[in-house]
Amino acid sequence: MHDVSAAHGESKATYLWVWAALLLLTAVEVVLAYKQVLAPVRMLEVLLVLSVIKAGLITMYFMHLKSEVPRMRWLLTISVSACFALMWIFFFRDADRIITLGVK
Amino acid sequence: MATVQHAVHDAQGAYEPSLFGTYSKKVGMWLFLASDSLTFGALLFAYSYGRISNPSWPTPFGKESILNATIMTACLLSSSLTMVLAVMAANRGDKAWTRNWLLATMFFGAAFTVLHAMEWTRLIADKMTPSGNRWSSVPLFGGTFFTLTGMHMLHVTIGVIYLGVIALRKKFLPILLALWLLGWLLTPATSVFHIGIHVLLIGAIVSAVVLFLKPKDYDANDVEVSGLYWHFVDLVWMFIFPLVYLMSTKVS
Repeated sequence: MHDVSAAHGESKATYLWVWAALLLLTAVEVVLAYKQVLAPVRMLEVLLVLSVIKAGLITMYFMHLKSEVPRMRWLLTISVSACFALMWIFFFRDADRIITLGVK
Repeated sequence: MATVQHAVHDAQGAYEPSLFGTYSKKVGMWLFLASDSLTFGALLFAYSYGRISNPSWPTPFGKESILNATIMTACLLSSSLTMVLAVMAANRGDKAWTRNWLLATMFFGAAFTVLHAMEWTRLIADKMTPSGNRWSSVPLFGGTFFTLTGMHMLHVTIGVIYLGVIALRKKFLPILLALWLLGWLLTPATSVFHIGIHVLLIGAIVSAVVLFLKPKDYDANDVEVSGLYWHFVDLVWMFIFPLVYLMSTKVS
């Protein structure tokens, strides 16, 4: 059988820290959104950056991606990121254009 | 002679090391999650496109909804912690704690689903449908919201059933059937969940087929693979929560 514990090597304390960091980032998101200090497009960008950080913590620590071999880690990260980058280029530039042109 | 050489070649092939340095079940789950992330990605982009390109996009989520969604987020994050502790316990060979942590994960997952169902019920009572709402003339809001969050709720429900099968095996089937029957009898006939609860029945049938056709004692690898699925469900919510709820917060 594949020895999972030997491959991961994370301690319980590490998982607790990651969990606390995720809760803290969520709290920051809620405060930012509830106070509405930023315009919608800027708010979207900030929230997305925070979400990507949270997703990174979950995949690297909870899903143990950082313990996988580099070939698997990079193949997964690059392929999924490339697909999302394409979606971003097509969808958001167009959505932003509508706002910029002042279409109501 | 040729036959012998062929047999030797096959034996070498069977023990060839994995290209990704791990067992095939885990690689399979990662590939599934990569494809599933694109499904959610498309739905999230569709919602966000509508949100930023429509100046009259409704912002109905007030203090109560945001508090509810924040508690739901905390439930999912806590479930991820208990899940990773279940994987740790499974690696130690501690079956009792593996089951306990898996049950804790299922509890948080079920709590998330119940809270989400309450939120849906509140919005539906507020005249929000997949094709319209009372806050604006943007019909896309209800359509994209219900599709995205409904898809996620379905994933969480499947995840809870998956973990139940890993944790309790055949003992989970009567529990699942009892939950289905209770849910079906207790929800009003007009509620969307009166029909939606049948997901549990379908889950029980599929689980029964798996458990009876291929009965086995699930090991640390099975727990780890189920954990990958569960963490993914948590990860997706980390995008749904800000993009759907926080981007449509009502200013009072």
